[in-house]
This record gives sequence, structure tokens and C-alpha cells, in this order.
Amino acid sequence: MLILFGMPIVQLLLFGFVITNDLKDVKMAVVDHSKDSYTNEIINKITSSGYFKLTDNLESINQVEGVFRKGEVKLALVFEPDFATNLTKESKAKVQILTDASDPNMANLAVNYLQGILQNYNLEINRGKVLPFQVKPQTRMYFNTSLESVFMFVPGIMATILMLVSAMMTSISIAREKELGTMEILLVSPLKPLQIILGKVTPYLLLSFINALVIVGMGYFVFGVPVLGSFALLMAESILFILLALSLGIFISTVSNSQQVAMMLSMFALMLPTILLSGFIFPIRNMPLPLQLISNIIPPRWFIVVIKNIMLKGVGFEYIWKETLVLIAMTTVFIGLSVKKFKIRLE
Amino acid sequence: MKDEKQVIRVRNLFKKFGDFTANHDLSFDVYKGEIFGFLGANGAGKTTAIKILSGLSYPTSGEIEVAGFDVYKQRELLKRNIGYMSQKFSLYEDLTVYENIRFYGGIYGLSRKEIKMKADELLTTLNLEHVRNKRIGELPLGWKQKLAFSVAILHNPDIVFLDEPTGGVDPVTRRQFWDLIYEASRKGITVFVTTHYMDEAEYCDRVSIMVDGKIEALDTPSELKKQFEAKDMDAVFLRLARNSSYQE
Ligand SMILES: Nc1ncnc2c1ncn2[C@@H]1O[C@H](COP(=O)(O)OP(=O)(O)O)[C@@H](O)[C@H]1O
Ligand SMILES: [Mg+2]
Repeated sequence: MLILFGMPIVQLLLFGFVITNDLKDVKMAVVDHSKDSYTNEIINKITSSGYFKLTDNLESINQVEGVFRKGEVKLALVFEPDFATNLTKESKAKVQILTDASDPNMANLAVNYLQGILQNYNLEINRGKVLPFQVKPQTRMYFNTSLESVFMFVPGIMATILMLVSAMMTSISIAREKELGTMEILLVSPLKPLQIILGKVTPYLLLSFINALVIVGMGYFVFGVPVLGSFALLMAESILFILLALSLGIFISTVSNSQQVAMMLSMFALMLPTILLSGFIFPIRNMPLPLQLISNIIPPRWFIVVIKNIMLKGVGFEYIWKETLVLIAMTTVFIGLSVKKFKIRLE
Repeated sequence: MKDEKQVIRVRNLFKKFGDFTANHDLSFDVYKGEIFGFLGANGAGKTTAIKILSGLSYPTSGEIEVAGFDVYKQRELLKRNIGYMSQKFSLYEDLTVYENIRFYGGIYGLSRKEIKMKADELLTTLNLEHVRNKRIGELPLGWKQKLAFSVAILHNPDIVFLDEPTGGVDPVTRRQFWDLIYEASRKGITVFVTTHYMDEAEYCDRVSIMVDGKIEALDTPSELKKQFEAKDMDAVFLRLARNSSYQE
């Protein structure tokens, strides 16, 4: 009963907290070919708004893509040469806004905010002048040029489905054997615990892997989501994530004695966070701090970053080794815990 | 005419769950080929003990040897030489009768040929040839229990542990079930069976009666009836149960 009533409330709270579409401290790079008082002023305006934070001063527009690939910086401003001269003489100067659109929600939002700030600036400098000056922004998106949210969805769906198949199904199926008593028969047989676990897990490993292939394939052939990076790397990371999900599933099954408990635990501890807190639907940077911290311990969060980077940015392993390491660490911890728990169960 | 060789040897077995002692200082022997009844009311600690003997859980303390193997150090060997039928029903409901037999045969390392032969033999004995390819879930409880028992001794173990095998089964099927037990016993398999049906105690060679985690009596049914001046096992049990509650 508690669960029945608790669930909608928790969901509501999570949704309520998570969907705050405000920007905060979006990291920004600047390529200032002009370096005059006007460009300085504009940069100041933008950084003092609180929405953006200047992190990199670049020499050339060619460096932008490299910075984006690292994943921290989401936005770059490019001021044309002789910005001030153009503005005062021709009353028209150009600034280019470049965004990393592998996160389309974010990119759109950031561009809108920036345009707002520039508009205000236009109004300010033109106050009382006959000839209106104009700072004209031009926008360009990187990595996901058509800004399709399906690009975002593929990694998210992949994480969710793999979680569902690997973790939830495994935990339920093991819990089912415990509930029905067949697990005792397996335990009393000469089979080793490891063999039992492998026997249970292998079908789901295969199933999950096929699912991963299907999702990537569907994304590619139906929606045109590219796989810019190495396909082998993508699959290797997927297998790592599947292993992690399986170990989570085993862990859940060791602490639950019935299918219902296993299902509830999977729902609450795995599925909801995967959907809500992994950055799949709601950008992590927009969450309140406590939720941001929590999102760090949610495995799919790291996985989504990894596959987004491989698929949409085409980066190699050197850019995602940190996330990979986190996933490996989590897998090790949960396998360790499950093995320990499984032994204790034999007490 | 029983062989006097011990196949189960238990000395000072204790099992504690926190503060609660589920098995208190159990000591007994079971001899080869014997049908040993392990009696007690619900919650007496029968399942707890049977799980320890079959290597499913560790005792808190005590010396225990089953089929000549130590339950602490030789679990793998022990498991190879015993059969176990759990108190919960333990076949896969959504597999067919034959698939279940094949699965368990496989677990115990029987060859394909052996499995097929054993399956034919078993189904003929049970008169269940016609449900060979039916899902277990569709069968009546009595049939399922008989199948579960036959599967538990598929690999010819030295000892088979049966935990309340006849729970919830009608008297006629219970009687048939005991025929299967006798049959196994004739083949030299030692049978260790728990039950809370006192009439079944009469079918055993020897019985122990457990009350609140302790063994209060252990002998042949006829000796026990003599000792407690009771006309049947029910009366013996009632007397013991009453004693125990007076003491508390
Ligand atoms: N894992 C456990 N943790 C705590 N108490 C347990 C556990 N298993 C059994 N018990 C307790 O031990 C007692 C004996 O249980 P059990 O051996 O199942 O009895 P029986 O099989 O004779 O009906 C019961 O009171 C039960 O609640
Ligand atoms: Mg019991």
C-alpha cells in the first residue's frame, strides 16, 4: 500500500524538481578576433548574467570543435575581426554562436538566452542614437546539425532498455527461483554458485547485446542517427554497461525474496533514476545540486555520456576513459557485493 | 535387518538465528538403508536441520557428517551424494515433465542416454507416460510431488532428504507416495523424511520427535509407544508437546 501511494508522490517530486529549465553556469569558450572594448563589454554582460561561465579563450575557430569534444564546454562565441569598427562605422557587427548540439535541449536553450542578452545589449547601446547599431548573432550547431532530439533519445533509450532487460529481468528471474524453491534445488546440487549465476545471466547478456545492436541499427537506418566513432568501441562499452546492469540485477535478487520485491526494487532503484536522473530526459546541469550529486552514482548517467560521445561526436577512447573507469569500478563493486551476499545466503 | 553403518552422524548441532536457537544440541545417527522420520510441529526446527544436513546452510556449531563427508569441508562431495526435495515445490512449473527430468539429470552430470533411460523408467513406474510432454504446472499436486521425489533420486544418491513431501496431499496419494519411499529404501537409499503427520511416523523405521528445537525422543515407533504408554504416535506426540509447554 505504501508503495502504491508512495510511487506517484516520488515520481511527482522527482519530475517537479528535475524539470527546471533554467540554465546555470554553462561553460563557454570565446574566440575574439577583435579584442576591443565592445567585445569586452559583451563578454562581461554575458558572464555576469550568471547563466554562462567563460572558461576558454581560443585563438581560432578551428579549436572550437576540439574543445566541444572534451564535453565540458557547450558553447562558443566568435567575434569577427574589427568588431568595434564595423559596429561604429557600418553599424553592423557579427558574432557567431556555436553550440554543441549533442544535447539539443541545452543547445536551444543556451542560444535563446544568448540572443536575449545580445538583444538587450543592442537596445542599450542604441539608446538615444539615430542610427541603430546592430550586433547580429549567427548560430551554428555542432555534432547534431539538424538538432533532432531523437539523437538524444537513442543513447537514453539504449541505457533504459539495457537496464530493463539486464538488471530488472535478471533480478526478477533469480528472485522467482528463490520464491518457487527451485533455487534451493540448484544450491543443493553439485553446481557451484558461480555456475548457477552464469547460467542465469548468460541468456540475458545475449538478449541485451542483441537489443543494443537493434537500437543502434534502428537509430542509424530509421532515424539517421550516425555512429561517428568506432563501432567496436561502442559495442565494447555497451557490453561493459550490460555487465554492470547484470551485476546490479544479481545484487537486487540477493536482497529480495520474492518477485514483487525484486520488481519494486528494480523500479525504484534502477528504472526511475535511469529515466529521470541520468540526463536522458532532463539535463543534469539543470537539476538542483542534491540531485546532481545523486546522479553521479547512477550508472546510466556515465554510459549515456559515453555513447553520446562515441556516436555523435565520434571521439575515441582517450576522451571517455574517465567515464569508462567509473563504469568498470561500479561493475566491480556490485559483482563483489553480490558474490559476498550470495555466500551469506548460504549461512 | 538394517546395515549398522552410519550414513548421518550428528553431534551437538546448534543453529542460532540471532538470539533465537532453532536447533538446540541435536545428536543422532542415521543408519544405511533406514527410513528415518524427523517429526515435529510447525516451527520445531525441522527445515532448519534438514538444510544443514544437505549442505544448504552452515550450522552455528556441532560436528556433522553426511554420507561420510563433513558438512563444513566437503560440501561438494556431499552434494554429489545426496538428493533433496524441498518443502516448497521444486520443479519448474513452466517446463514439461520431460524437460524437468532432463534439466535435473544434466545438473547432476548424467549423460544424455542415461537421462533418457531413467526418464522412461521413471515415467513407467509412476504411470505418467501420458503427461511426458505436459507442463508441470498443469498437473495435480499429488503427481507433482511424486515426480519431484523421483527426480530427487534420479542420480542414485546415498541419502535422500524429504522435507514435508506429503504436505497438502490427499491420503490416497500420500499412501502411494510412501510406496515410492519404500521402493527407494529397498534400493538401498537412506531416507530422511520430515513430517508433521503423526500417522506417517508409523511407516518409519525410527523416528525422532523434535519440540522447540530439541530432540525430545528418538526410537522405533513401537518402542516409543511402549515407553509413553500410548496407543498411537499421535498420543506420544501430544504427551511430549504437553511436557514441553509445562516446562516453560
Ligand atoms: N533464516 C531464518 N532467520 C530467522 N529465523 C528463522 C530462519 N529460518 C527459520 N527460522 C525460525 O526457526 C524456527 C524453525 O523453523 P523451521 O526449521 O522452518 O521449522 P519447521 O520446518 O519445523 O516447521 C521458526 O521459528 C522459524 O521462524
Ligand atoms: Mg519446515
